[in-house]
Amino acid sequence: MTPTRKSFIKAVRKAAQKKVVAGPAVAALHIPSDTELRGLAERILRLSDADETEVEIDAGADALTRFANNTIHQNVAEQMLRVSVRTVFDGRTARATTNKIDDESLCRVVLASGELARSQPKVPGLLPMPGPQKYLKVNRYFEDTAEATPQDRARAVAKVVAATAKSGQTAAGIFATGASAMALANSKGLFAAHRQTRAEFSITIMEQDSSGWAKSNSPDMRQFDPEALAASASRKAATSRAPREVAPGRWTVILEPSAVLDLVGFLFYDFAGTAVRDQRSCFNKRMGKKVMGANISLRDDVAHPLQSGPPFDGEGMPRQQVSLVESGVPKNLVYARSIAKKMKTKPTGHGLSLPNESGEAPINLVFDGGTTSLDEMVATSDRAILLTRVWYIREVDPYEKVLTGMTRDGSFLVENGKVAAGIRNFRFNQGILEMLSNVAQLGPAVRAAGEESFDMVVPAMKVNNFNFSEVTKF
Amino acid sequence: MLAWTDLALETARVRGATFADARVVDVRLRDLSTKNGEVGGLSEDESLGLSIRVIANGSWGFAATDRLTKEGVQACAAQAVAIARASSLAKLHDVVMVPEQAYVDTWQNPFIKDPFAIPLERQLALLLAADAEMRRIKGVTISETSMQFRRLEQWYSSSIGSRIHQVKMQSGAGIVATTFSGDEIQKRSYPSSFGGQHQLAGYELIEALDLVAHAPRVAEEAVALHKAARCPDGEHTLILESSQLGLQIHESIGHPIELDRVLGMEANFAGMSFLTTEKLGKLRYASDIVNVVADARLEHGPGLGTFAYDDEGVPAQCTDIIKQGLFTGYLSNRENASIVGLNRSGGTMRAESWNYLPMIRMTNISLLPGNWGYQDLIADTDDAVLMETNRSWSIDDHRYQFQFSTEIAWEIKGGKKVRMLKNPSYSGITTEFWNSCDAICSREHWVLWGTPNCGKGQPMQTMGTGHGASPARFRKIKLGAAFAK
Repeated sequence: MTPTRKSFIKAVRKAAQKKVVAGPAVAALHIPSDTELRGLAERILRLSDADETEVEIDAGADALTRFANNTIHQNVAEQMLRVSVRTVFDGRTARATTNKIDDESLCRVVLASGELARSQPKVPGLLPMPGPQKYLKVNRYFEDTAEATPQDRARAVAKVVAATAKSGQTAAGIFATGASAMALANSKGLFAAHRQTRAEFSITIMEQDSSGWAKSNSPDMRQFDPEALAASASRKAATSRAPREVAPGRWTVILEPSAVLDLVGFLFYDFAGTAVRDQRSCFNKRMGKKVMGANISLRDDVAHPLQSGPPFDGEGMPRQQVSLVESGVPKNLVYARSIAKKMKTKPTGHGLSLPNESGEAPINLVFDGGTTSLDEMVATSDRAILLTRVWYIREVDPYEKVLTGMTRDGSFLVENGKVAAGIRNFRFNQGILEMLSNVAQLGPAVRAAGEESFDMVVPAMKVNNFNFSEVTKF
Repeated sequence: MLAWTDLALETARVRGATFADARVVDVRLRDLSTKNGEVGGLSEDESLGLSIRVIANGSWGFAATDRLTKEGVQACAAQAVAIARASSLAKLHDVVMVPEQAYVDTWQNPFIKDPFAIPLERQLALLLAADAEMRRIKGVTISETSMQFRRLEQWYSSSIGSRIHQVKMQSGAGIVATTFSGDEIQKRSYPSSFGGQHQLAGYELIEALDLVAHAPRVAEEAVALHKAARCPDGEHTLILESSQLGLQIHESIGHPIELDRVLGMEANFAGMSFLTTEKLGKLRYASDIVNVVADARLEHGPGLGTFAYDDEGVPAQCTDIIKQGLFTGYLSNRENASIVGLNRSGGTMRAESWNYLPMIRMTNISLLPGNWGYQDLIADTDDAVLMETNRSWSIDDHRYQFQFSTEIAWEIKGGKKVRMLKNPSYSGITTEFWNSCDAICSREHWVLWGTPNCGKGQPMQTMGTGHGASPARFRKIKLGAAFAK
């Protein structure tokens, strides 16, 4: 896979990593306390003679157990601490980053930031750094997850692969756990800190000519059951044996939450004020107009109980809840401080770390759900396609928001209200605004995990007139 | 730094590891970008750390740390051994590797101008000048430029006695003009899209790209696309210029030949491969004129897949992947080479940085040049579409069915380029596509493109890969599926 789909993705990933990255391989690894983070930040701020200085600290430990062919083939752990310094000299700003925290290295990173800043022309519209802010309290650190050991993960994997082998199937997947702490401080007295754990289990179960997939993640590993996920993937692999080839074309499609997530995730940057001002958002000239169905409403909400990540943005501004789409009408955008000033509105706390050219992005999307269960969607369909997940999605037309991609690991033909057979996988070319205008049924919104988007709270959807353009050979 | 790797190896040995290799990596990055005449991003990043990979109880363990102290390194090595013992809880058989010699060596890729020694003011001035040239053209809504430099220094030691020091200097740059008009967004990039061109080279690469000279053309084409005719649908002859062909090679040859993928190790994420092992030496992957190699040696060129030793201490090699159309080779490592009858690894293990486990990665997967002059190829073509510069790419998880779109296309009629076309796309099945190739341009038109952002693995790693290609012609290719209403 060649992953970079937009030039801004690096900056957005950096922001998103604060949601998900890190976690100790063993409990003995030390995640700094807020007091320790504050002490390090103040030590760095004292080294700077810049007009203004900002310090970002990220610390954590991650561990991941990977299995394939019913055995563990990769088992890794990492610990890291990273210090990033942004200085401002006479209206110019730049960033330097290091993972070396001895006194000499910290002095050097402060100096490097200053040298970079002074090498450029003045930045028009650069705002003074913000002062102290108040943040929502979110609890996303769970001791059980932080203390997970390689043995804990290996035992869970061993149980799952033993059951898979007993069924004559083959399993591949991951079990990852981790914890992280981060802080953002500046010379105006702002200090923000966040601690979080994470856990993720993903499994693909294969037979000779079929496969099934399931994945879940959460800051709290007790929120998912690896054996239940494996059982679901196993059933899908068994049900999709001897897949039929059915003709591409316009179909009614039932999208499980993971499939919805990876499709609608491509909309997130379109809600950035900077994207609209740059005329590269699909909402350019469409704000306030009905571009989706009346049953579609979504917001960005870092405080939602199924969401994750820190309650502040890359400049330390508090993340606010923003209603993005109401009954199919795009109502609001998100704004970093500088673009908010240019567009004569207020910042919403969604800015990326400065300096950057992308501005901001909502990364805690929450869709309103409905009441129709996945089983009811199937039961009420005469003829439809049921999709577990979609894959290798890329933007074909940025303004009509047409995406292409493939179905994968559990694609089924539904006939007369029942899953009739597995099918060979399709390529789709589908406009997302068009798709969200054709949603016939919505399931309850859940925290979904995919591979191509940030984790979101989304419902399963039944969509009419979904465009499959070609079919592949398996 | 080798003292740290030695300490890690010794700690692992004492703890019971039967094999270990350790790397210390020191990475320095510089990123510069502009947008609409203003500096966008301006940052430097450095990262230093150590990782150790071990076999204990017949299973793998890996740990990484940025604490380069005696206690930090010993704890990291001990942790790797503990993880390996945990891995053995779900073991089917012991890990076995094909033999490899020990090497003691030092290597650095050649470059003329150290990009980190070039004043930032000069680098920014070049980007701002290219940015201004694009904005001079009426109708451009966004002008963007970028430049990236990466210096990676690595010290590698293994329990079989290798001690290898390598330094790699990488440079890259590109420009993009985006236009919004009516209900359509178009863009043009130079020298390629998604970051431009990247090679193992110094600042001389940036100077040779001459971004400022190409900026007006890029901007003019981005504006002109709005009034261009739409690319036709249906079955047509297709000519691909070399950067798009480089990505086609990456997706439909480079990934399917990764042996870890073939064997199911990537099944949960990146996927598998249609190139199952019984196809080796039997499958007609392509037409007779198609020859593809995986070549990590410096003599192949300054590609992002060029090195002296891979990250498990195996020397750089050239492997025939497709020879006169026949599928002849995989990308392998010490653990899986024997599965396809090799007694030695193909030397393709690489890790993004100190904190990642090495895995099989593309080196320079290149289509060898043919005999056609570019103008002769156009003159020889009655009716075709010539496509340039990737805009979107997607392929299924077994690497059969693909769809690409490009930023721009040109109609070829009667042996001449007659008009610009917009919204081009093509799709097909990998082996059918490569078997339809009937002309490949010569060495003079061959470019070793760098793809700096190839993602693979869990946790996902980003790696640079190289792809040499010259323009080539393909018959009876399906066009237009991406934009069909």
